Amino acid sequence: QTVEHGFPHQPSALGYSPFLRLMAIGTRSGAIKVYGAPGVEFMGLHEENNTVMQIHFIPDQCQLVTLLDDNSLHLWSLKQHGGASELLEEHRFTLKGPPGSPPSATQVTAVLPHSSREVLYLGTESGNIFVVELPSFRVLEDRTITPEAVLQRIPEDNCNRRSCELVEALREHPKNPDQILIGYSRGLIVLWDLQNNKATHHFLGSQQLENLYWQRDGSKFISCHYDGSYTQWPVSSDNRQPEPLENTVPYGPFPCKAISKIYWQTTKNGLPYIIFQGGMPRASYGDRHSISVIHGSQQTAFDFTSRVIDFFIIFSSDPAAEFDDPSALVVLAEEELVVIDLKSAGWPAVHPPYLASLHCSAITCSHHVSNIPLKLWERIISAGSKQNIHYSSMPWPIDGGTNIAPDPPQRDLLLTGHEDGTVRFWDASGVCLHLLYKLSTVRVFLTDADPNDNMNTLGEDEWPPLRKVGTFDPYSDDPRLGIQKIYLCKYSGYLAVAGTAGQVLVMELNDEDAEHVVDHAEADLLQDQEGYRWKGHEKLKTRDGPVRFEAGFQPFVLVQCQPPAVVTSLALHSEWKLVAFGTSHGFGLFDHQQKRLVFVKCTLHPSDQLALEGPLSRVKSLKKSLRQSFRRIRRSRVSSRKRRGGSGNASEVQEANAKFDQDALQEMELAPVQRKIEARSAEDSFTGFVRTLYFADTFLRDSSRHCPSLWAGTNGGTVYAFCLRVPPAERRMDEPVRAEQAKEIQLMHRAPVVGILVLDGRSTPLPEPLEVAHDLSKSPDMQGSHQLLVVSEEQFKVFTLPKVSSKLKLKLTALEGCRVRKVTVASFGSCKADDYSENDLAVLTNLGDIQIISLPFLKLQIRYPCIRKEDVSGIASCVFTKYGQGFYLISPSEFERFSLSTKWLVEPRCIVDMPEVTSNNHVHNKSGTENAARKSSPGDCGEDERKSGRLMEHALLNDEKVLKEIQSTLEGGR
Amino acid sequence: EFRRFSLERSKPGKFEEFYGLLQHVHKIPNVDVLVGYTDIHGDLLPINNDDNYHKAVSTANPLLRIFIQRKEDADYSAFGTDTMTRKKNVLANVLRPDNHKKKPHIVISMPQDFRPVSSIIDVDILPETHRRVRLYKYGTDKPLGFYIRDGSSVRVTPHGLEKVPGIFISRLVPGGLAQGTGLLAVNDEVLEVNGIEVSGKSLDQVTDMMIANSRNLIITVRPANQRNNVVRNSRTSGSSGQSTESSLPSSTPNILGSLLQGEEESDEEDIIIEDSGEPQQIPKAAPTSESIESLSQIELLHESTQNGFLPSSEMNLNHSAGSISMEYEEPEPGPKSLEEDGTIITL
Repeated sequence: QTVEHGFPHQPSALGYSPFLRLMAIGTRSGAIKVYGAPGVEFMGLHEENNTVMQIHFIPDQCQLVTLLDDNSLHLWSLKQHGGASELLEEHRFTLKGPPGSPPSATQVTAVLPHSSREVLYLGTESGNIFVVELPSFRVLEDRTITPEAVLQRIPEDNCNRRSCELVEALREHPKNPDQILIGYSRGLIVLWDLQNNKATHHFLGSQQLENLYWQRDGSKFISCHYDGSYTQWPVSSDNRQPEPLENTVPYGPFPCKAISKIYWQTTKNGLPYIIFQGGMPRASYGDRHSISVIHGSQQTAFDFTSRVIDFFIIFSSDPAAEFDDPSALVVLAEEELVVIDLKSAGWPAVHPPYLASLHCSAITCSHHVSNIPLKLWERIISAGSKQNIHYSSMPWPIDGGTNIAPDPPQRDLLLTGHEDGTVRFWDASGVCLHLLYKLSTVRVFLTDADPNDNMNTLGEDEWPPLRKVGTFDPYSDDPRLGIQKIYLCKYSGYLAVAGTAGQVLVMELNDEDAEHVVDHAEADLLQDQEGYRWKGHEKLKTRDGPVRFEAGFQPFVLVQCQPPAVVTSLALHSEWKLVAFGTSHGFGLFDHQQKRLVFVKCTLHPSDQLALEGPLSRVKSLKKSLRQSFRRIRRSRVSSRKRRGGSGNASEVQEANAKFDQDALQEMELAPVQRKIEARSAEDSFTGFVRTLYFADTFLRDSSRHCPSLWAGTNGGTVYAFCLRVPPAERRMDEPVRAEQAKEIQLMHRAPVVGILVLDGRSTPLPEPLEVAHDLSKSPDMQGSHQLLVVSEEQFKVFTLPKVSSKLKLKLTALEGCRVRKVTVASFGSCKADDYSENDLAVLTNLGDIQIISLPFLKLQIRYPCIRKEDVSGIASCVFTKYGQGFYLISPSEFERFSLSTKWLVEPRCIVDMPEVTSNNHVHNKSGTENAARKSSPGDCGEDERKSGRLMEHALLNDEKVLKEIQSTLEGGR
Repeated sequence: EFRRFSLERSKPGKFEEFYGLLQHVHKIPNVDVLVGYTDIHGDLLPINNDDNYHKAVSTANPLLRIFIQRKEDADYSAFGTDTMTRKKNVLANVLRPDNHKKKPHIVISMPQDFRPVSSIIDVDILPETHRRVRLYKYGTDKPLGFYIRDGSSVRVTPHGLEKVPGIFISRLVPGGLAQGTGLLAVNDEVLEVNGIEVSGKSLDQVTDMMIANSRNLIITVRPANQRNNVVRNSRTSGSSGQSTESSLPSSTPNILGSLLQGEEESDEEDIIIEDSGEPQQIPKAAPTSESIESLSQIELLHESTQNGFLPSSEMNLNHSAGSISMEYEEPEPGPKSLEEDGTIITL
């Protein structure tokens, strides 16, 4: 397992280091992921698997501290090892109170890593602020700030012991590290002098406190409150108990939700950026997940698609700079990461190079294409760039660390099909899975949803000025649109996609917008089956007349299967211009050049009532009805949202949904677990379900002439072979393509056929269509005799061709009790010898193991455990690449990438160095004494001295020459 | 012809010798005959192997009545339960076989004429508490007809008694093959499926293994009812039984003679229909003369052996060589093993 792509499942915390320019995300399962420049990423996992509540980088260090929901603190370091940086957990610590004290006494609520890098201030539920030394996590008991000490100098009528319950926020003075601001939950704010151990200022807020923020110069700070207000407070030496400068409820006057976090950013032009989370009018917009940005007269409330976990602002971190000059707003929502460019007019979103929300509509299938020709790659990128014009051109602002991984060896595409009828094209060449282009098939069909219906359109004078951002939209308008199978020919640019309602679309890449009619054909897969009634969904209605398609893949042929059952297998032969498709009822072959159906074959057993009625209709009825009822709820919610202009709460629906699913599951588990032992029989249900389709140019009838052929394998262990006659190119349009059934093989063990493959005379799998024409593969050996490999869920069998006799077999299930779930041919290259490579079968079993089986002798080479066997969706989602890598979903939003090949390995390899401080430390170490002195008595160092020292350092380090010099001396020293 | 002669009851000898003696006594050296006797219940039972011959001799009280028929005009119906009591004059029947035309009755064939549906096998190598049952699914339309479930059983381990998860038979379908044999019962613990241990495997895995082997299913069970166990009287087999008990849950798979024998005949042949013609069984590809291929094939076979499975072709080799051993010799690594395999194939 090499790298995780996509968006972390259930993120719970966010941290950012302006110094390292790295961002950290914690999750509810205890994972921590650090991201910087594209390709720079680290992952760590807390052993406890507890929710990460807070993440704080230690200032100017390659270290960060995490707080988990079990109240444990963990110190992580980015350390260089073997030329690359690694994220390692160094220490863990749990604050312990005196014996007998309640747990709340030490329940950490606020964490402040001090700029001295030597201590952490830990605010607790009890109001105590503990000081712990870093990195040892030793509690410095004499420095604890108790509520009693805080209350000493406050007028008694204003305060009592309860004012100091629960520390809500701790903030260090931006200019004076000896002062920290302490905010208590009930509204009391205290400026504390660490040197003299006393409170210097008291700020008596009347509202429950949510958060605090210092202005850059330290002359003012902002507090934000539970009632949706924020307050500015002046800090001056003459008034020890100042009154607020300004108290605003931005979305008043009606009751508002809490403002949970606020930033006040200064700019050169004097107009500050005020950025805060929440504060919406409680009644009508209380369920929105918003972050508002106010800059002079400009005000926008960014409306997120899911709950906001946390956010931060990227601003000038140069301590010498006079202003903050914010450049970007980075928001971690529950389902996606959104970055807003604050420098460009209109505050456009920035297209993230990683952390893509794979699940913006649920993934229904995936397809991987290796080694894309440059031409096609560029055309896809150009089609995608036309879709992305609304994104900001700002370079990615989180750019810490250096990617030192070698360039990806080839261009790889991962295509994901989604429930809403879209196909997304991802650049899967490297560590960052990046969206290149999105294709929607919806336009071809008439659906319930009005395409012009955009919940986003709000009038100019709308208040609050909400603006929807983000792409997460899990609600499909029509489940029939869902994409089930994808096949892309990388040489011709032909793309075939097939969906839930038996629709098969063949598309061609067009670099321009175009308006044209999609040719439409119907394939009656039941032919002469009598007296049947389809109880599944109806077929999709098509749009009449020409349809406008944007640049990219544009459909030109639509075949709809009748009955409109889900398409279970798909194959495209771009050279012969044929597309084959199969459902639970049969399969068909369509000539997309002449736009003519060549033949259909019904595979349905006449007694198979279940398949007749609809795919898994009885089995899935419970799930289906649940699903439908929720869809109704969703619809009503959406419509009510539209009516009142408010919003629905997606997460609530999801929670309820999950709960229902769980209840249903429990109900099922009550039945005693026993399994029926019975041989498979021809009368079993779904034997006609077409599992695999395969085109091959081979010897089907006699050993002297080879011809195009189509192979189909069913759930009942039957293999059909059709001999095809494709007219030569010059008469391709004049003569029809003909097909004739040549063979039918019934495997007696009757297990589902999941793979069919023809090996040439050299026992090499036949090349893909057009591969030879593009000089990318040797032509197949047509001299020696061909072999047929049939992979069922239970066995691998090799037969001779054209006369079918069994040659070899490997019984997997009889021996190991596991079944084949996915199988593909993978080419394994040697990392030592460039010229050596071999083809093997990569097999994923229902136990989640991956086995490599040699070709053509079917010898088990090696076996790896890969996916947990309970993770059914993970196993179902697995796709292999042609070069021994693979992907599977570890959550709805994340792909895990794995490599079986020593040669093709895509994994993050990056370095994070601390240019300034590293050299800093070295400089200090050289001089030695200063550093030591500082360590021994952290309080002694005067504020001014330190500040000027830092400025000096900064000035020095800004000079490239000096930097280079330092570097060269350092390297020389090594 | 009636003859009377004496045998030493304590040393009856082998059936072959006895058969020769009969032929000699009756002076019919080249005539194939069927030999039968009446047991204490008056049933006419066949004598055709050492076991039933010994049994017959031991039941002589003091006389043992033996009936001899020519094989070509033998009346199989004469054998069976209640044959002697049902028909007062069995002799007449035996001697005048056309007699039965008047009184048609149920025809009972010789054992070799039956198609087996189940058997208990490997009694000699299994501990007495275990039973290895073979269900012959092929050729019958009867469903296998049983269910399995998870459960726990107690094992003797070096650390004392331990509760370990196990797989048990949970239900027999009335009229199914499993119930019909009477060899399997609810709550029997399943120990092996076709020679592969199930310990450590999940219920679903064992289910899949059984279904994959459903055409020739061999299940080793520890019967819940231990009173009907096969009791062995020979000391040697008794001791070997004890030793196998401890060695049974070993990690090396047991390659058992009876498993091998069954493999070939039970190995299903796939069916092909060419050009919409008649369905035919798919033949085995003739062994190729290409040395590389055959060598690699053998290599493959060895690999599978280590997985506890012998493909049929090699079994025959082993069988004819008469060297079916419990422990399979591991081929030496390196090219030498190929040579050794080559010698095996010449056998």
